[in-house]
Amino acid sequence: MHSFGYRANALLTFSVTALAFICAIASFSDKFSNQNPSAEIQILNINRLKKQSYGNDEVSLTLDISADLQSLFTWNTKQVFAFVAAEYETPMNSLNQVSLWDAIIPDKEHAKFRIQTSNKYRFIDQGHNLRGKEFNLTLHWHVMPKTGKMFADKIVMPGYSLPDAYK
Amino acid sequence: MGWIGETMDSIKSIKIRQLLTQAVTLGMIVTSALIIWKGLMCVTGTESPVVVVLSGSMEPGFQRGDILFLTMTKEPIRTGEIVVFKIDGRDIPIVHRAIEVHERKTTGAVDVLTKGDNNEVDDIGLYADGQMWLHRHHIMGRAVAFLPYVGWVTIIMTEKPIIKYILIGALGLLVITSKD
Repeated sequence: MHSFGYRANALLTFSVTALAFICAIASFSDKFSNQNPSAEIQILNINRLKKQSYGNDEVSLTLDISADLQSLFTWNTKQVFAFVAAEYETPMNSLNQVSLWDAIIPDKEHAKFRIQTSNKYRFIDQGHNLRGKEFNLTLHWHVMPKTGKMFADKIVMPGYSLPDAYK
Repeated sequence: MGWIGETMDSIKSIKIRQLLTQAVTLGMIVTSALIIWKGLMCVTGTESPVVVVLSGSMEPGFQRGDILFLTMTKEPIRTGEIVVFKIDGRDIPIVHRAIEVHERKTTGAVDVLTKGDNNEVDDIGLYADGQMWLHRHHIMGRAVAFLPYVGWVTIIMTEKPIIKYILIGALGLLVITSKD
């Protein structure tokens, strides 16, 4: 009954169970954090708006992004992935989401930032619908934990628009 | 030597009834593992509820050997979600983040572009020749939860099969020789 094998097995089972329980609690504790992130995005300049040779519109723009994501960090947070996407509707598509910029925020000290940047990823439409297009800019965040459940949310900032003519 | 002798004795002393009990126990272990796996498939709606991260393309968020829990609900795919997809004709699933989504008005079909957080460029180069977008049928699930390191067990077993056989052999021997 009390052979080495049984004891090793019991010890292993117990430690794995305990570890799983602790991981579950750590993940659950994320629910109790108060989150009030804030963000503001301005379009500083539309650098370019043109029709590509194969017919799709492409925009290049410069953004001023300021955000405070410090409240997203808890003791179980490994990193926060933040990105800014443009969201708009076209006659063909009910939703277009295009990432313009993203960043990995490794710790709380870097979670309050202001950055001026041109779009990191190409902003290309499926078609040629971007002239005079109204769109939302959204700041999304994706919290990646040390262990357990991941969660994500966003702030939607409506009311941006593109120029009426190619430039 | 004494241990081996005892083991041999205990194998020799097995009677039919005991042998049957052990076969049933072994069967129970295998089937309950199968039930858990298939049950997870039902609950999560994806054919592979758990995947092991194999590459460093999502570092530092996910590292090689971490495991991810997936679900595949009817909810539409949106940018920022970490999806697991399989390119037609290739076996190994890839875990990357959706950075661009276009959803059709009429059919609800989606065009998705992905990228690894740690990669410099998007995934178009990883897709099949001439493929520009991922569609719904490529996507096996989206990652909802995360557990570090656990996947190393499977990585080691896949890369060093000898360890797998030793482990299976040892477990089998334990089940056969146990007397309860």
